[in-house]
Amino acid sequence: MHELAVTHEILEIVLRYARRNRVSRVHRITLEIGELSDLEQPWIQRYFDAISRGSLAEGAVIEVETPPCRFRCDACSKEFVMRLSADEPVLCAGCGSKEVRMISGAEYKVKSMEAT
Amino acid sequence: MKKVKLIQIGEDIEADNRAEAVRVRGILADSSTYMMNLMSSPGAGKTSLILKTVEELKRTLRIAVVEADMDSQVDADKLSAAGVPAVQLRTGGFCHADAHMIRRTLPALELDRTDLLILENVGNLICPAQTDTGAHINVMILSVPEGDDKPLKYPLMFRRCEALVVNKTDYLEMGDFDMEELRRRVVNLNPDMQIFEVSCKTGRGLADWSDWLLGKIGAGGAR
Repeated sequence: MHELAVTHEILEIVLRYARRNRVSRVHRITLEIGELSDLEQPWIQRYFDAISRGSLAEGAVIEVETPPCRFRCDACSKEFVMRLSADEPVLCAGCGSKEVRMISGAEYKVKSMEAT
Repeated sequence: MKKVKLIQIGEDIEADNRAEAVRVRGILADSSTYMMNLMSSPGAGKTSLILKTVEELKRTLRIAVVEADMDSQVDADKLSAAGVPAVQLRTGGFCHADAHMIRRTLPALELDRTDLLILENVGNLICPAQTDTGAHINVMILSVPEGDDKPLKYPLMFRRCEALVVNKTDYLEMGDFDMEELRRRVVNLNPDMQIFEVSCKTGRGLADWSDWLLGKIGAGGAR
């Protein structure tokens, strides 16, 4: 469990952007956490409520977007979405090649926020 | 009422730690020290593998260990007793070591006299997978009694490591662990994974594993 440390990091980023954009209240924060990454939204929200108290992000709602695993084929350049699974290999959806690279799905980002 | 602004951020939550990891690698480069981050569940045999690896490589390399533990000194004492320089890193209840902790620990080590620095991470297959410690290579251990289904449960860990050491192969006869099935699952998640079957108890496979690691250190240009 390291959600608390992660939440501190998120708050710091949000407050930095709030100052930079001269806003006085943050209402909503959107995180981008790839399918392959771990993060428990309810815990993040709970910790955030606690540590943001008294700051201009107090009361902000945290939303999580989960981009799926996307791959690009080195053989035919096709890009495709597929669940990374221990049950079956990732083969190109176009040509069946094994030479594929993961291009997204492991994101761990603060994407945006709504503020006034 | 003030108009709601949508502010694009796009910042990595781990960016701060990653920057610190780059600084760690910078410090290690100054002393040509190669660092391996060793991860597994509790009890898979991290300390045993370290002791055996030291035995295999001690004539070739000067090895030191950072022992990350939530709150004890048991493993560091075991290593010190075996003559391996070991520094205890207490994570204070934290579930994994990060680059900030490693950087704070480096001054306690004689890096100029260390070719290979092994980080024994906190026993955990989830949290350490997400975090760059500053190591040059990530390696994991899975022990036979844990079962061949672990890749199904911890895909990120299997994805992030370059090598998998399957330990306690002396238990193979006692259970229904299917090595072929394990290999298939691991390769589905990570086609480039190097897999070593070892037993720290009987010594099986330790020479192959150590040779491979030695090759990595040479190729990494750390020396």
